[in-house]
Amino acid sequence: MSAAPVGMPLREALATLRAERSDGDVVVSAMGAAREWMTLGTHPLDWVFVPSSMGQATSLGLGLALAQPQRRVIVLNGDGSTLMNLGSLVTITAEQPANLVIVTLDNGVYEITGAQPTPGGATGRKAGDRVDYLGVARACGFSSVFHFTALAEWKVGLRGVLDATGPTFALLDVAPVPGARGPRSPGPTGERARAFMAALKRE
Amino acid sequence: MFSGEQVASLFARCGITHVVTVPDSTLGAWEPAIQAAGIRLMRVCREGEAWAVAGGLYLGGAKPVVVIQCTGLFESGDSLRNILHDWKLPIFSVIGYRSYLNQETLPGDTTLVFTEPTLEAWQIDYRLLTEPGQFEDFAQHLERCMAEGKAGAVLLAEGKA
Repeated sequence: MSAAPVGMPLREALATLRAERSDGDVVVSAMGAAREWMTLGTHPLDWVFVPSSMGQATSLGLGLALAQPQRRVIVLNGDGSTLMNLGSLVTITAEQPANLVIVTLDNGVYEITGAQPTPGGATGRKAGDRVDYLGVARACGFSSVFHFTALAEWKVGLRGVLDATGPTFALLDVAPVPGARGPRSPGPTGERARAFMAALKRE
Repeated sequence: MFSGEQVASLFARCGITHVVTVPDSTLGAWEPAIQAAGIRLMRVCREGEAWAVAGGLYLGGAKPVVVIQCTGLFESGDSLRNILHDWKLPIFSVIGYRSYLNQETLPGDTTLVFTEPTLEAWQIDYRLLTEPGQFEDFAQHLERCMAEGKAGAVLLAEGKA
């Protein structure tokens, strides 16, 4: 357990990643991360997981990483979503995909429903502590584990995250976005799925 | 009811690349044969994960199937809805029907009340298989679903919890 995060701005954190992301990388985004990621532009290998089943982005990313071992697959996931599918961290390390990067954006709240505390965040816990996601990741068997508390650190350390041998788990302390809404689907799902599959074959 | 070798041979013939599974005592017995056939076995922690993993595999160009017990079907709810209906990904599943042939272990097992209505509620085209002689029905349903690019399932009667 550790103290509550202060948090870097989510959009800037994601913009940093967008600038570093290789053209052949797949990026899976869900919930609040998807909302912000979509504002930064589009890419044929973006899997905007909207609509999603909350928590399943890590599992879907695992499937993609195993089917596309030549590509890096980056999953942008919130702490609430992580809590909803903690077992997926064990499934991931059981498979050891070297090309999978899980970026956990921890703001301690369910942002899109009105910023209610998660049971893992400091304000959602009677003891006022915070779940140690890094410890959880290490205990599950992630060998490449990173923690960034400020945007400047993330800008410096991101390359190391992307170049690490996976499966990789990076925890970013991010600030909640006040009044943020849920992400809007960017288009018909069936059509987007077909376009994404075609891009995987082409790009 | 069906041997692991029968099932593995069918999966191999259909080009199945991954079996994403949480086993039960019937389905788990197939694992050695599936692996021997060169099909990758992926063990997930809960069944809801299985649909998303299979969805990712499918998007990436693989041909997965989900193999779970009916109790895991109940657990699968939102993930199954998202993958099969929101995204329309044609994931086929094999679902073990606990206690269908024998309720000695769990008299009055409520899985018998809820399994088929649940499959119907999720609008999954399924075949109930209760006899060893129905293996061809299994094969035909899998092959038809794959050819038509649609989701489907077989519900496999089991005798033990």
